[in-house]
Amino acid sequence: MADETPAVELRDVTKRFRSPDGSVYTALRDLSMTVAPGEFCAVVGPTGCGKSTTLSLVSGLEPASAGTVHIDGVPVTGIDPRVGFMFQSDAVFPWKSVLANVAAGPLFRGRPRKAVLGEAREWVRRVGLAGFEEHLPHQLSGGMRKRVALAQTLINEPRILLMDEPFAALDAQTRQIMSDELLRLWELTRPSVIFVTHDLEEAIALADKVVVLTVGPATVKGEYRVDLPRPRRVQEIRFEPRFVALYERIWQALRDEVKLAYARTAKAVAA
Amino acid sequence: MSAVTLETTAAAPARTRVRVRRRRLVVRTSQLALVVAFIGGWELAVRAKLIDEFTYGRPSMVVAQLKTWIFDGTEVGSLGAQIWVTLEETLIGFAIGVSLGVVLGVALGRIPFLADVFDPFIKVMNSIPRIVLGSIFVLWFGLGLLSKVVLVVVLVFFAVFFNAFQGAREVDRNLIANARILGASPRKVTWQVVVPSAMTWIIASLHIAFGFALIGAIVGEFIGAQHGLGLLINEARGAFNPNGVYAAMLIIAVVALAAEWLIALLERRLLRWRPSQLPSSPDI
Repeated sequence: MADETPAVELRDVTKRFRSPDGSVYTALRDLSMTVAPGEFCAVVGPTGCGKSTTLSLVSGLEPASAGTVHIDGVPVTGIDPRVGFMFQSDAVFPWKSVLANVAAGPLFRGRPRKAVLGEAREWVRRVGLAGFEEHLPHQLSGGMRKRVALAQTLINEPRILLMDEPFAALDAQTRQIMSDELLRLWELTRPSVIFVTHDLEEAIALADKVVVLTVGPATVKGEYRVDLPRPRRVQEIRFEPRFVALYERIWQALRDEVKLAYARTAKAVAA
Repeated sequence: MSAVTLETTAAAPARTRVRVRRRRLVVRTSQLALVVAFIGGWELAVRAKLIDEFTYGRPSMVVAQLKTWIFDGTEVGSLGAQIWVTLEETLIGFAIGVSLGVVLGVALGRIPFLADVFDPFIKVMNSIPRIVLGSIFVLWFGLGLLSKVVLVVVLVFFAVFFNAFQGAREVDRNLIANARILGASPRKVTWQVVVPSAMTWIIASLHIAFGFALIGAIVGEFIGAQHGLGLLINEARGAFNPNGVYAAMLIIAVVALAAEWLIALLERRLLRWRPSQLPSSPDI
């Protein structure tokens, strides 16, 4: 494992944004982390600490201000076809049917239409939306739209799957169902995953490794291996003693950062 | 208890339907009454010499004027030919103006450099009362079709351009990021994400743009023409014939309503993907 090239490696990455009024805002500072091939890595941190920024750097949507991002040992210079990205908000195309949404990726990449549509049908079925192929996104529930987004991302067979709080907008029950669904689909192709969330429970239930970030400018506070057996059932795993022990340990690290973040926002509100 | 509930739930929709139908009938009757009162009042007032027929015209004479135009033709040819001339100018100008507006609006919306370069010119152009350009265009392009079409293009272009520009800039950033990650080239992002997304804005502008197109054609004919509805209005005015002006106005209104209906049809087809607005009238 040690001499294997990591699927994703961020090395001393710093990201600064220039806000419209000209001031500079640092989102990440000297952040280093790696994700092994086929590893499910969850990134947790207090709200607004820069978790999502790590994903835009890995995806190639944004360049790093300093430091390097490597995928399979090769530096990231633009959007990489091996990367899939599931966004926090709804990003399915509202004017395309379920089937057309799922088929969008391969069609964008210029693959023949007929083969793509057959494959898209298969993916629609796999995410449990058979019979809804011709529906439009606004005719679906929030959970169903997430399923469309999942199929849309996975049909490209990404080697690296980036997920930015993908289920945050869902109610608690739908969220657990979607988490199970995600694990089931992940087992099929086993891409490396970076899953950003502020929900520690969700992170431990899903991941092989949990990375805790500090308040912004974010850097890595600690990494924790989650040695719970797979396959897991997200609804039940929370009650296992090993889960509870891990939760308590990681929460120790996360709690201080959350408190700090809260104190900051409280001060900002007061000022 | 259960029997009672069952009965009320079964009867409720029928009763609602009756109420809805009755309400619609009342609305329609009121509308008709208003029209009859206005036109009848006008006619009676003229006949009773309360208002001057020479200045204000008379509804029955407007109908007579329409009859003459339809059956005997106008001084410059058949009525159908006049309508067609105006419609031709309107439609050609509308098509060109919409195309230019959409293409340039989306292009400037997508390419910030172009938007920055053209910004002051567009602001200046937009602040000119463009209808007066009609006089220039008659000088440049003569009394025929071309001068009207150019005026229509200028009026339509700006109406559509600003909406297409705004629409292209307001596209959800997430949708663009998603398309790019899924593998779309910039060209595909434009055609498959930006244009469909801006379509809501563009189609909203078509309603106003068609109105401008008709205005452009008619004002163009007003300024100088050999045919068309604008010319009919101008001739009627010159002959102190208010009924002719009203008759031409009526015809223009019918054309505008027909076009509005067609655009609404197009809107429903192209924007099927949008969640429908409120499900009918919620207050009933």
